[in-house]
Amino acid sequence: MARQIRIALRNCGVIDPERIEDYISRDGYMALATVLTELSPEAVIEILKKSGLRGRGGGGFPAGLKWEITRKVQADQKYVVCNADEGDPGAFMDRSILEGDPHAVLEAMTINGYCTGASKGLIYIRAEYPLAVERLKTAMKQSREMGLLGNNILQTGFNFDIDIRYGAGAFVCGEETALIHSMEGLRGEPTVKPPFPSVEGYLKKPTNVNNVETFANVPVIINKGWEWFASIGTEKSKGTKVFALAGKINNVGLVEVPMGTTLREVIYEIGGGIQGGKEFKAAQTGGPSGGCLTKKHLDTPIDYDNLIAAGSMMGSGGLIVMDEDDCMVAIAKFYLGFTVEESCGKCSPCRIGNKRLFELLEKITQGNGTMEDIDKLRNLSTVIKDTSLCGLGQSSPNPVLSTIENFIGEYHEHVKDKKCRSKVCKSMMQYLVVPEKCIGCTLCARNCPVNAISGERKQVHLIDQEKCIKCGACMEKCKFNAIIIN
Amino acid sequence: MAILESIKSLTELREKLKAKQAALSQKDNPQSTIQVKVTMATCGIASGSRPVYDFMKEELSKRNIPALVSQVGCMGFCYAEPTIEVTMPGKSPVIFGFVNTKKADEIIERFIRKGEVIDGVIPMNYETA
Ligand SMILES: Cc1cc2nc3c(=O)[nH]c(=O)nc-3n(C[C@H](O)[C@H](O)[C@H](O)COP(=O)(O)O)c2cc1C
Ligand code: SF4
Ligand code: SF4
Repeated sequence: MARQIRIALRNCGVIDPERIEDYISRDGYMALATVLTELSPEAVIEILKKSGLRGRGGGGFPAGLKWEITRKVQADQKYVVCNADEGDPGAFMDRSILEGDPHAVLEAMTINGYCTGASKGLIYIRAEYPLAVERLKTAMKQSREMGLLGNNILQTGFNFDIDIRYGAGAFVCGEETALIHSMEGLRGEPTVKPPFPSVEGYLKKPTNVNNVETFANVPVIINKGWEWFASIGTEKSKGTKVFALAGKINNVGLVEVPMGTTLREVIYEIGGGIQGGKEFKAAQTGGPSGGCLTKKHLDTPIDYDNLIAAGSMMGSGGLIVMDEDDCMVAIAKFYLGFTVEESCGKCSPCRIGNKRLFELLEKITQGNGTMEDIDKLRNLSTVIKDTSLCGLGQSSPNPVLSTIENFIGEYHEHVKDKKCRSKVCKSMMQYLVVPEKCIGCTLCARNCPVNAISGERKQVHLIDQEKCIKCGACMEKCKFNAIIIN
Repeated sequence: MAILESIKSLTELREKLKAKQAALSQKDNPQSTIQVKVTMATCGIASGSRPVYDFMKEELSKRNIPALVSQVGCMGFCYAEPTIEVTMPGKSPVIFGFVNTKKADEIIERFIRKGEVIDGVIPMNYETA
């Protein structure tokens, strides 16, 4: 039986997040105390590097290395930023950590300040997370009162304080350079890297940006040792990952599993299988930047590298499960719709290219696509990936490419046979009355919102395909199963 | 809370709090009590955990059952929110899903008071670091 191990979520659901005593009773702030009194910044960075902890916000960059780079840059002021923008649709891992264990993030940011030489921390959080903000504020107040945050922490002479900044409400603001501009009061647009924030970030000063979940792992690694952490996971991906299970799965929820757990274990053992006993079709990881994993990936150990090899990515941890009723072309269109909305518009491949991808997908789902359109999708996707400025554009075609790669048959059906096997793409469907079954009760005609159904009482009814908007109301109403989808 | 002046004072405080916490769940300890944790993250609150929290707090005291009712973050069982965890002294914690005030009443009367096995229990499927 696959087991969950909770490291980042260790205190979530266990402690009262508004009581610092609860956090302290579970070794809270011990890591900070140990670091400040017994370890040099270099030693802490070394522990982190050896632990193998990688960024949980999407990219998977080694955390220890990032801390070291920020430390080595000379500057009179440096900053620590916690990225709590969490914009992936369906993702709520970071929110749960902030709401359930806010002190863990504060403690880790303070440790980061000690290591990098920063005295100021900023939490960039979505304005849609009011409860998380409230709990963070309560936590900050408590830790200041106890001398665990602010000036002269634990009387060691080390000063570090944290402020909260509200997100601008755009997905792209989760990208670290856009996030920094947004905090500076500029438009939340990305800029070219390098320079990386670690070298030149907030107010042009070295800025260490890490994700909420990345930070939440740090105190445990210090307390339990890097050997312990590195013993969990796969060769290149250590520790655990929190996933938000959503979609057609029985146990929708938050899980934390060791890296290397297979998709099958997550879906069938922990997630309780597919709703209604239906058949698994695909799982989207990495949100709008990721791709889909299919049946052939069910036994692949999930880690950073295997997901990339499978044409997807870890992303922040959204895991959306799809079954036989989901149309993969429509799924690709859904994600592209999101990207088109969220593209900041700064560079043309992403601003215009994604719109064109969306239009092509729309054309195909409406039954007007051609085989050429599929080639166009492929080529345009590659161009957008190669030429976009930031991670949003560089990854936005992934859902298109991965659905084409894994479900080319469904694309062909839409284009050649004008058929959507999952019965999702409505334009291609026809609601029809089966004459043998219809008794002429008139129920459907009376319920059709656009009066597309005609027929006398006790006569077979007829649906006018020109007028029909494919709402399905007639099929729902008919007591004789006389209406079918063609 | 007083300012902590060193790692030593933090460690002492931790030991004190740990001992207090441990005593809560020890069967024959005079300090022990029934612990009820209600998930109060955004998702839990949205599905109705606040009335359950209030109910537990008020009713347990009205019915003269000494207990410590507290709010906690997300336990991860979104599909079964609101969820609550009940720990009887000397026993392992038990998590209940889909709890409304009616279910809460049943938990108080049958599970807490009489120690009966009732349905709605969610299997604990993780270990914590
Ligand atoms: C379009 C886009 C959106 C992003 N959104 C987030 C986000 O919501 N949260 C996050 O932590 N990282 C996000 N990132 C990744 C950040 O740019 C950055 O890599 C990360 O915060 C670094 O922290 P980590 O190394 O701890 O993962 C996003 C990246 C891109 C390209
Ligand atoms: S890739 Fe898209 S989101 Fe990123 S800078 Fe260009 S237009 Fe903006
Ligand atoms: S509801 Fe069914 S049986 Fe009645 S008229 Fe319509 S198709 Fe015929």
